[in-house]
Amino acid sequence: MNGYNFAYLDEQTKRMIRRGLLKAVAIPGYQVPFGGREMPMPYGWGTGGMQLTASILGESDVLKVIDQGADDTTNAVSIRAFFERVAGVETTTETGKADIIQTRHRIPEVSLRHDQILVFQVPIPEPLRFIEPSEEETRLMHSLEEYGVMHVKLYEDIARHGHIATTYAYPVKVDGRYVTDPSPIPKFDNPKLHMSEALMLFGAGREKRLYAIPPYTRVESLDFDDHPFEVQQWDEPCALCGARDSFLDEVIIDDAGGRLFVCSDTDYCQSRREEVA
Amino acid sequence: MRRPQLERSALLEARDITRLYGPEKGCEGIDFRLHAGEVLGIVGESGSGKSTLLRVLSGLEAPDAGRVVYHPPVDRGVDEVAENGELDLYAIGEARRRALLRMEWGLVHQNPRDGLRLEVSAGANVGERLMALGERHYGQLRAAGQDWMSRVELDPQRIDDAPRTFSGGMQQRLQIARTLVTRPRLVFMDEPTGGLDVSVQARLLDMLRTLVRQLGLSVVLVTHDLAVARLLAHRLMVMRRGRVVEAGLTDQILDDPQHAYTQLLVSSVLTP
Amino acid sequence: MNAMTTPFLSVEALDKTFVLHGQGGTRLEVMRDLSLSLSPGECLVLAGRSGIGKSTLLKMLHGSYRITGGSLCLHFADGELELAELPAHAWHTLRRDVIGYVSQFLRVVPRVCAVEVVMEPLLTRGADTVEARQLAEALLARLNLPERLWSLPPGTFSGGEQQRVNIARGFIGEHPLLLLDEPTASLDAANRDVVVAMIQEAKSRGTAMLGIFHDEEVRERVADRLLPLDRHMPGRTTAPTVEETPQ
Repeated sequence: MNGYNFAYLDEQTKRMIRRGLLKAVAIPGYQVPFGGREMPMPYGWGTGGMQLTASILGESDVLKVIDQGADDTTNAVSIRAFFERVAGVETTTETGKADIIQTRHRIPEVSLRHDQILVFQVPIPEPLRFIEPSEEETRLMHSLEEYGVMHVKLYEDIARHGHIATTYAYPVKVDGRYVTDPSPIPKFDNPKLHMSEALMLFGAGREKRLYAIPPYTRVESLDFDDHPFEVQQWDEPCALCGARDSFLDEVIIDDAGGRLFVCSDTDYCQSRREEVA
Repeated sequence: MRRPQLERSALLEARDITRLYGPEKGCEGIDFRLHAGEVLGIVGESGSGKSTLLRVLSGLEAPDAGRVVYHPPVDRGVDEVAENGELDLYAIGEARRRALLRMEWGLVHQNPRDGLRLEVSAGANVGERLMALGERHYGQLRAAGQDWMSRVELDPQRIDDAPRTFSGGMQQRLQIARTLVTRPRLVFMDEPTGGLDVSVQARLLDMLRTLVRQLGLSVVLVTHDLAVARLLAHRLMVMRRGRVVEAGLTDQILDDPQHAYTQLLVSSVLTP
Repeated sequence: MNAMTTPFLSVEALDKTFVLHGQGGTRLEVMRDLSLSLSPGECLVLAGRSGIGKSTLLKMLHGSYRITGGSLCLHFADGELELAELPAHAWHTLRRDVIGYVSQFLRVVPRVCAVEVVMEPLLTRGADTVEARQLAEALLARLNLPERLWSLPPGTFSGGEQQRVNIARGFIGEHPLLLLDEPTASLDAANRDVVVAMIQEAKSRGTAMLGIFHDEEVRERVADRLLPLDRHMPGRTTAPTVEETPQ
């Protein structure tokens, strides 16, 4: 395996990260610091997610990697290739076949099973960072459940735009206790966090924090009683597979402003098309 | 006529508090009681230790010696209260102490910028404490915001404006609204009219007097301005070089000062 | 007149000395060995040459001045209260409910209008705002203060107008002990009559009053007893023992 330990990280590091993950699972939504390692790519490219994946990956596991829902973008391809090389594990693009799915900014449309794990890449793990730059301060705020400011942000949105304008990285309350940033997934995906069968792990490489939402955990998107949480909707179905229930990407097809809406989850779209065919 | 009930329950007690940075820098041997509905003024010149004392009393800085004891009103349901109804401010954890200052008490900073979120609207500033307490109805938060803005004589139509666009006096009033919206029983004020124009000061002081009476507030007010003290405070403590040199009713301290320093202070005030 | 009634207020051997630290510690003895008693429904007038500091006694009774020596005692139905060593916070309630004071000059607070100045003693007792306002307006009307002035702060009023606001504020609370410092000094004859009537009414309510009246005519109409103070207010001199002169 060219001198690399299985899945690149040494066993002590993996153990350290797994210990952190156990802690995170025990305290849903709570950010656990971990000793992040130098990875062969810069911060901002998924190092956090990769370290988590590396720590839990087993020889017989099947790995899927997606980026904004697609298996075939540069980043997804690179990361998948990385694990093929340093772990030699089987990889797939089919959601149903994967044991571990590493994702950037989307949750697959197909409901996950209890024997699957979803690993999220997280840029900024701290949901309060937008209003409080001090780490010391935000930690105190979490410990005291001083979450008034989160609703301040939502209040401001409504005052300015008439509705809550946050459309991704929409803050949630996990298990009725910690306010968590679900990573920059569209708010469309937030309902999938609630009572998920699968374990969801979140890794931020630059900030060196990990957190978890265990299976069957209550996850509520923050809102107001008179401005309840709503997901995005489209007027058209997917232009390729006709789906009306998935998150659609807008694709510009010519320079006259022509556009198409297609499923962001490429595997979902493909399997739907295969069914019909 | 029957003998009136003169005893008032103590809300806050300073028991022999000392916090020194150096010889006579800070405060020493401070001992007093604040009663419900009272405004206690702490006056002194710069370097007297009054700001240090305020920080110690409000839970921001631990004393070297002595205790700050809070007697929470029964209806607030404050936990961690001992059998005798006392809460030792520095015996509880820092987290709990912060929570006390944020929700039970209020702190009005000298510079309103220190007590406001400048980047969000006036309404959001006023509503934050309510949101922190679990208020989840946008319409009601907005209504409370407008109500309180009126109370502090700000135009409720400006509820969506950012505090950046307010004058100093208006920002100070907004800070006060933000602090009082959860009706804290105990409020600490540090030179609340410092840096404001005289006419603006008069308005603010009058507003504070009315609010103190209407809400039954107990206040610890630090000021170097004797005119502010006379207007707002029921009782005064005069500090010099870290110690209290004289204490008593406001008009008695100002009209019949006993201590040499107090006499000097009172006679130094310019009257137009 | 009421010599047989149990006194409400008794003063024993009262001393007051100012120590002027700014003048090298000069001691100014303004009162020595003063005793008096005052019963409910009685008006005791303090007499003495002007400038000797009769107001000092009133201020000591109101808690504005400290007591250097002696005792000040209020006699309630269920016990006595010594004022000399009373803690500061006790005075709030005492001033609110027991001891009223009409000072010589109205201390003007910016922005507070005349009717609110008069309402304040009632509001501090928690009275209903509407009722308090009605009572305040009635008093101001009785004192012939023009209605257009009611909603203005007294800062720009004439001396007599300010004095009337001060009087209304002092009387509205119907305190059992009322201290009056030159209440008619700036008033015309008609308004003096009003004040005299108010004093008589207070007396028949059982109010014990201690007053300083510069105007002899008013003094004669309201005083039940006169207390000459020259001998107790030495300035820098000493004074002989107490004597009370019934009217």
